[in-house]
Amino acid sequence: MFGSLTKLQRYYLYYTASFLLFIGALAVLEQHGMPPRWIGYAFLFFTISMYAVIGIMSRTSDVSEYYVAGRSVPAFFNGMATGADWMSAASFIGLAGTLYLSGHQGLAYVIGWTGGFVLVALLLAPYLRRFGEYTIPDFLGARYGGNAIRLVAVAAAILASFVYVVAQIYGVGVITSRFVSLQFEIGVFVGLAGILVCSFLGGMRAVTWTQVAQYVILIIAYITPVAILSYNVTGNPVPQLVYGKVLQEVGRLEERLFDTPAEIEVRKLYRERADLYAQKIMQLPHSLSHEREQLSQRINEMKNSDTQMKDIVALEKQRRDMPHDPEQAKARWESAMFSAVDRSKPPIHHAEAFPGDDAEQQLIQRINFLALIFCLTVGTAALPHVLTRYYTTPTVSQARDSVFWSLLFILLLYITAPAYAVFAKYEVLSHLVEIPIAKLPGWVAAWAKVGLVSIEDINGDGILQIAELSMNPDVIVLATPEIAGMPYVVSGLVAAGGLAAALSTADGLLLTITTALSHDVYYRIVRPDASTQLRLVISKSLLLVVAVLAATVAAQKPGTILSMVAWAFSIAGSAFFPALVLGIFWNRATRAGALSGMLVGSLLSIYYILRVEFDSIPWLGISGFNMVPWFHVHSTSAGLFGVLAGFLTIVVVSLFTKPDPQATSFLQGIRCSSDREGRA
Amino acid sequence: MRPSSDAYWRQTKRLTLALLLLWIALTFVMNWFARELNDLTFLDFPLGFYMDAQGLLLIYLAIIWYYNRRMRKLDAKYGIEDK
Repeated sequence: MFGSLTKLQRYYLYYTASFLLFIGALAVLEQHGMPPRWIGYAFLFFTISMYAVIGIMSRTSDVSEYYVAGRSVPAFFNGMATGADWMSAASFIGLAGTLYLSGHQGLAYVIGWTGGFVLVALLLAPYLRRFGEYTIPDFLGARYGGNAIRLVAVAAAILASFVYVVAQIYGVGVITSRFVSLQFEIGVFVGLAGILVCSFLGGMRAVTWTQVAQYVILIIAYITPVAILSYNVTGNPVPQLVYGKVLQEVGRLEERLFDTPAEIEVRKLYRERADLYAQKIMQLPHSLSHEREQLSQRINEMKNSDTQMKDIVALEKQRRDMPHDPEQAKARWESAMFSAVDRSKPPIHHAEAFPGDDAEQQLIQRINFLALIFCLTVGTAALPHVLTRYYTTPTVSQARDSVFWSLLFILLLYITAPAYAVFAKYEVLSHLVEIPIAKLPGWVAAWAKVGLVSIEDINGDGILQIAELSMNPDVIVLATPEIAGMPYVVSGLVAAGGLAAALSTADGLLLTITTALSHDVYYRIVRPDASTQLRLVISKSLLLVVAVLAATVAAQKPGTILSMVAWAFSIAGSAFFPALVLGIFWNRATRAGALSGMLVGSLLSIYYILRVEFDSIPWLGISGFNMVPWFHVHSTSAGLFGVLAGFLTIVVVSLFTKPDPQATSFLQGIRCSSDREGRA
Repeated sequence: MRPSSDAYWRQTKRLTLALLLLWIALTFVMNWFARELNDLTFLDFPLGFYMDAQGLLLIYLAIIWYYNRRMRKLDAKYGIEDK
């Protein structure tokens, strides 16, 4: 059997074996007293230098190698590389936590991020491969003709990819700062180095082969902790098979715990707190000055009595930390109010679909569930960094096969994530709730220290109620090794996996951005006569610039980065999907139609996001434009309207413009290649 | 346009459309009734939850597998060069 493997498969088998040996060695060293911090460093150093070796071995100065890995990546490995390309820090760290918090409703992400590959397989991948150029703007430019459409495509590709790449580098900073206690900003630049060693010298070729290596690490790291946890809880190490039973148990615990008198009391206290904040916000600015006066008065009283100095200092600090102006007070109190409102609501049952108090609430949840699935599937089938991967296989049939392998490798993670969430919920409901706060397990305190878990005994009974515990979604994956009582080496493994997920996605995105700039803008539009050498020099220097730019933005810790990633799906989906699909399947689609469809679709998405999510843009001086969502659809699903509007616009405008005489022969070429070759 | 490549494209389109409709029915129509499906139990899971967490994913994989198999046969039948 070993003999039937290809040389490449054997290489990666050796690689996987040496990674497992490395983990084993660290486990032994930990038994002999190696401190956790050094284990973290060892993982960081070992994995990044592996990627660097692959990256340097794959260096190239050939254009086709640099942009599409010489179109020589076998379907199986392209599937793995796409898997790593696709699964980002958000999938690896965030998804299980989202599922923990939102139960059935969160499964929209699981379906959306896998279902999109059916669209890729049926509608896009084979045709892009048969077309056989380098980028998505290339395809649109060739199908519809003209530079305008190429430029719109480049702009949309860069907009969607840049937001996304910043989120990945941010993820690297979070992981390194938590596991090897590097400073966040230093972590960001370590991540930058990790990205550059993979992509700078070898372009797509190097990125492909490191992504395969990164996939191996990330999937081992994702499945190991939950498999051990599953074995501890159920005696079966395959969590995906057995968590149905655990889910039933969670259901029983929910029945028993959700409406105990203590829970109801705690929720009432949070409701009262929310009302208090609401009142204070209503009475601004008076309430702010009133509060400051009260505080000053108390400080003065204390100074006159013989209170201890440190109590006075504490109060003075409290006064200093108060909001400086009504504007700031409003923002801060509003967020406190919303968090109190959240906690005052009865928790949702994990397995319940479309939870809501009445039929209307349930309908809203149902609409949003389906709308989010729609946006994520279409966005998946439109993100340029994934689509370009299907240019890299040797044949059309291999491109089709590689979508199958992509989905298989991606599915391994997405099928595991709901199990993570259910096991974590089981642990929380059975081992944390109704436990005296002083006796909570050690991992709670450890993660509370870094601010990812917070506990507030609002009713003062010394016992934890569900509503008193709040968890950052990231903590589910990061803390599972400790929840299951595993040695630190498993935590290090999880960190290495998260790092691999973030780096691999960042590589692919960065390459997409630089290719769009160097190939589509510089070579195709500015200087079509540029020599191949010059094109590569431009590519490499742009890569460096964009990477440093992205790292600089990430180092500012932009707060809204995660929701911005969700918006990137809507924008990419509405800009590309209608133009690509109609371009392939409808001869009559014209340049004017595609151009207006892309603009209308993406601008409508952006418009919807802005008006639903914000009320003012200070630097533009406009305010008060917040609007009620259409059909209750959240801003994360803005693409629902954008994509539909895009399709509609392309059809209508195309029918009103003259058909493109070249479309038929172009389409003949990408639909059945034998003819194109017959003609040539 | 040669008749054979015309037929090839017609059959490709038909296959694509059929699988796409199946995909839409499962993803959107079935999920509309997830709440009702949850009243049934499958492998210890509520059925709606199971479909969204595992079942649909495996069906998606099967759709792609079937499409690839049929396309390979079509390619061979019409002698479509695979370059």
